[in-house]
Amino acid sequence: MIMRKESMPMKIFRMLGRNIRDAFRSVFRNFSLSIASISCITITLIIVAISILATFNVNNFTKLIREDVTMVVYVEKDTPSSYLEGIEAKIKENPNVLTCRRKTKEEVKKEMQESYEIFKNIMGEWTESENPLKDTFQVTVKDIEEIKKTAEEITALDGIDFVDYGEKMVESLISVFKTVQKVSILIVIALIIVTVFLIMNTIKLTIFSRKREISIMRLVGASNFSIKTPFVIEGMVLGFIGSILPILIVIYGYYAFYKKMDGHLGSPLIKLISPEPFIYISAIIVLTIGMLVGMIGSYRAVRKYLKV
Amino acid sequence: MELIRLNDVTKQYRNGVTALYDINLKVRKGDFVFVIGGSGSGKSTLIKMLYREEKPTRGDVFVGGLNVKKIRNGKVYKLRRKLGIVFQDYRLLPKLSVYENVAFALEAIGAKKSEIHTKTLRALELVGLKSKVRSYPSELSGGEQQRVAIARAIVNEPKLLLCDEPTGNLDPEMSMEIMRILESINEATKTTIIMATHDKDIVNQMAKRVVVLKDGRLINDYEKGKYADEDI
Repeated sequence: MIMRKESMPMKIFRMLGRNIRDAFRSVFRNFSLSIASISCITITLIIVAISILATFNVNNFTKLIREDVTMVVYVEKDTPSSYLEGIEAKIKENPNVLTCRRKTKEEVKKEMQESYEIFKNIMGEWTESENPLKDTFQVTVKDIEEIKKTAEEITALDGIDFVDYGEKMVESLISVFKTVQKVSILIVIALIIVTVFLIMNTIKLTIFSRKREISIMRLVGASNFSIKTPFVIEGMVLGFIGSILPILIVIYGYYAFYKKMDGHLGSPLIKLISPEPFIYISAIIVLTIGMLVGMIGSYRAVRKYLKV
Repeated sequence: MELIRLNDVTKQYRNGVTALYDINLKVRKGDFVFVIGGSGSGKSTLIKMLYREEKPTRGDVFVGGLNVKKIRNGKVYKLRRKLGIVFQDYRLLPKLSVYENVAFALEAIGAKKSEIHTKTLRALELVGLKSKVRSYPSELSGGEQQRVAIARAIVNEPKLLLCDEPTGNLDPEMSMEIMRILESINEATKTTIIMATHDKDIVNQMAKRVVVLKDGRLINDYEKGKYADEDI
């Protein structure tokens, strides 16, 4: 019989197909064991999914709040308006300053008059020289964590009376967000480690239950690669099955939550990220983590228990 | 042409037991060789070195021109694909059918489905088990199970067939049947066969080359040998 020489990729694909089939078979053959790993992956991934959703939202709030924070720089009273330009240039020299917009006392007056009826009458009587308000600059910064330092630097400039940026509120919000992020990352890492060990254990038992098969594979000339791959794929299959429920939770759960909360958390200031395409991206991240954790766990087991 | 050569091979196991001392042996292509000797004479160790389950402590083992000692662990499969191996305990997978057990050897090396099908059926036909392809090992007699194992060993058309006491668990009648199959494989395909055994009747009846081991030393090498009692 003449055997047609076939290309290497074809052979790899065929072996991969067999490996995936065998991996699914093995998952169902050792079902009780697989269930243990799958449910552990599921629980982990649910928590991972929730922290992903939370982290992304926290980042989003932080970003929105940061964009909103404006520092108001008050110029010393009675500074001649010819000086203002020089001050503005100096403020803009500060590396952390993103934008700087001048708002003269006349503009401030008008704004105040427009916003409150009571101011309208009182302020209406002021002439420009009587206006007790101060000229201001509206400054936004690049890095909000540096805002305190920047405020101090600007205060130190000539002709500046004081700088106001609602420091208490901003700082406490940022520290709360940071803590939330750190704690959720720690929980996720701990859970992922536990899951890796559980998968290692599952794959170890699969390896032991298939010792005979493996020894025969070696005798008939299966390469190390083809002996190891099915176990690694089995780990990925466990990860895949384990991520189904968390993905559904991400997609339907977040959607429902978003609808129920009307798109924001408590105050309208804290906006939630709109579900699409956010939930799909999160679902892909969850699936990737699930399969990666499965793969790493089984790869470690193969390295440790499969002496080939 | 020689297929196997052993040069001054000594094997000492890690526990200090020396299984083989200074073995020199040549086997030509197409030969049928019995390796005989009592328990602990080193028969199995000799066979194991030919498929690189064990490496020699000293000396060199050549199989088909390859120095077995120098094959890295990751490359052993390349040697194994050129060999067939049969054991006393059959080593079949109980959950697979007869067909699947034989096909397994080809699947493991990534053969094509159509190729697996033809070769598996041909191998099973050669050992006379074509009618039992759907049976499971537990439904077969010992002799039939060993025939499945032989089919699995030859399905890849190896140049060399190694048999470690293949008739050890079988009654004389079944043993002779196995021997007839091995002989026909040897004659039809010129496959070199090396068989370790301590079955006196088989060796005497077959009248093939006989290599005698005693306490790890090669003490006799008969061209058309008999199993002489004084050898043991």
